[in-house]
Amino acid sequence: MADRKLRILVAKPGLDGHDRGAKIIARALRDAGMEVIYTGLHQTPEMIVSAAVQEDVDAIGMSIMSGAHMTLFPAVLELLKGQKADDIKVFGGGIIPDDDIPRLKAQGVSEIFTPGSSTQDIVKWIQEHIPSRA
Amino acid sequence: MAKSAKKLSLSKARAKKRPATKAESAKRKAPKRRAASPYDAATLKQLSTDVARWRKTTLAKSLEKMPTRKAAFLNDSGIPLPDVFTAADRRGERLEDLGLPGEFPFTRGPQPTMYRSRLWTMRQFAGFGGPADTNRRFKYLISQGMTGLSTAFDMPALMGYDADHPMSRGEVGKEGVAISTLKDFEILFDGIRLDQVTTSMTINASAIVALCMYIAVAEKQGVPMHLLGGTIQNDMLKEFIAQKEWIVGPRPAVRIVTDMVEFCARHMPKWNPVSISGYHIREAGATAVQELAFTIADGIGYVEEGVKRGMNVDDFAPRLSFFWDVHNDFFEEVAKFRAARRMWAKIMRDRFGAKDPRAMMLRTHAQTAGVSLTAQQPYNNVARVALQAFAAVLGGTQSLHTNSLDETYALPTEEAVTIALRTQQIIAHESGADRVVDPLAGSYYVEHLTDEMERRAFDYLRRIDEMGGIIRAVEEGFPQKEIGESAYRFQREVEQGERLIVGVNAFKSASGASNIELLKIDERVAQEQVDRLQAVKRERDPAAVTACLSKVEAACRDEQQNLMPPVLEAVKAYATLGEISDVFRKVWGQYREGGIF
Repeated sequence: MADRKLRILVAKPGLDGHDRGAKIIARALRDAGMEVIYTGLHQTPEMIVSAAVQEDVDAIGMSIMSGAHMTLFPAVLELLKGQKADDIKVFGGGIIPDDDIPRLKAQGVSEIFTPGSSTQDIVKWIQEHIPSRA
Repeated sequence: MAKSAKKLSLSKARAKKRPATKAESAKRKAPKRRAASPYDAATLKQLSTDVARWRKTTLAKSLEKMPTRKAAFLNDSGIPLPDVFTAADRRGERLEDLGLPGEFPFTRGPQPTMYRSRLWTMRQFAGFGGPADTNRRFKYLISQGMTGLSTAFDMPALMGYDADHPMSRGEVGKEGVAISTLKDFEILFDGIRLDQVTTSMTINASAIVALCMYIAVAEKQGVPMHLLGGTIQNDMLKEFIAQKEWIVGPRPAVRIVTDMVEFCARHMPKWNPVSISGYHIREAGATAVQELAFTIADGIGYVEEGVKRGMNVDDFAPRLSFFWDVHNDFFEEVAKFRAARRMWAKIMRDRFGAKDPRAMMLRTHAQTAGVSLTAQQPYNNVARVALQAFAAVLGGTQSLHTNSLDETYALPTEEAVTIALRTQQIIAHESGADRVVDPLAGSYYVEHLTDEMERRAFDYLRRIDEMGGIIRAVEEGFPQKEIGESAYRFQREVEQGERLIVGVNAFKSASGASNIELLKIDERVAQEQVDRLQAVKRERDPAAVTACLSKVEAACRDEQQNLMPPVLEAVKAYATLGEISDVFRKVWGQYREGGIF
């Protein structure tokens, strides 16, 4: 089981349709040898958590550009707890002001990648911080 | 060739006898001439010999000491670029492909005088928080010399949800102004006479609701709809290609767009019912050539739908306007504007048989490239925006939005948006760009790029035609896949250092981000919106709302009916944006895209 590939759910919550970043990350993670499931657009926190549990992923990466991050990240974390699936790590990126990052981390978000982060930084961070749950 | 020359002399002869019809003046303005090169053969031959000599001697010697920095130079669309262009490279140039300003094929600009008569419209996109917040920003921008309004709506409004819908959680007023009912529109335009301004509204899937609310507010001010000037984006094809804000699927969405085009052609002669947008296609990662190709393909799609309904192209095509992105590759961007005008003119005349020159004339708004802004060293963005804006002006745009330096973080603060507006004013009044029409015409390089972009974009159009047209191509995901490939390639080039972005992968500062002030949207906005929505629902006549909504539903189910009149009735009865969108969802189903990457 030790060599099970990491399974990552790339999720696009909320209403914004800017999926360029999410798709680039999804491809980069796949190219780095991970199994990637992309939810598609306009997902509610409920849809994301249900997909994460069903697909038995190791982590959820959420991309948010709309300014709704202070609502959507906590909602996903809360739902994971409710499903006793809070060993699934949550990280994210998008347009997230610096001031909000410590607040999100305090609530349980593992890492936030801001604009300009390279896909290689993200791959490296996942390989170092996300253990396979299998 | 001789035949077309004869045709020209005929129309001239006829024109002497009686006043020319509109169609004849169009023909006279766009004469078909013998392909004439501006350069004579003997001079070009001599020049080619000189260039060959120069390569063997001067250039070769220099390269020995100083080799080029790269093996090959390409522009941002991958067009190979030689070291130098001369007149010899323009051997095949045809004068009629250039034309003159205000004449077919409009390469040199849609108007004869361009900025000598009227500067472009400085139109800064604004919208945030509640309608009163945006109303204040509008009035501020007007006081600072802005010449047209431009409205950004929040995500719930764009996706057809009211402020109190569960999908609207955390999104109310965040990326634009929150709108659920006509009441919100009344506040948004309070104190602004709608016959004194032109208004642009960036809204697509729920555009029909927004346009009807605008008409209803104007009516309350005593302004009839035929006096309203402005633009509603209403380009659903590019939503499926790039921006991904939708309610129902491509076919019903395009039917609603076409209803609006038809209604405006009859009742709103000063209104642009669609702004065919390359902006979002480019921002999603397309190259300039792809932006040009897919946008023009979308335009062809809308014209085809109008023609299918039996409308005459000359009756509706003059009100179709365009919207381009302006990115960093300066010369390519100038060339893109010029190539677009020439392509559209040819397509409208030759493919759709337009007779009225206004139906062939591409008019456009432009916005500097949001995607080119960097979060690192954000003040550098002022320089990027200035270069991009300069390219849009030299390309001959009719209206321009310049981005603010802080927009990778948030909506712009008042200070940042003022710098962006001042950038346009500096270009207009200090740079000299306003003095000569199409100032880069005749540059061997710019003319070469204009031709090359047109050629490559027409190649894409042929492929799309072979697939059965743009709606089919979008359903099959063709433009989406092409754009995804380009976006991934761009990102890889940045990460491998083949492409340098100042402050991001080169010339980095230790501190990273600057401490710039950011606009925060107060969480109270959402609550106020919900409260106002509920108050409207209490005060309106519920029976009237139900009756109006069933008329909207009946019109949805009957292709022969135009949706505009029943939607206008519904908004006047204070039916909400969400309720009207729910009718669309009920009839046609909520559209979803699969998670392909």
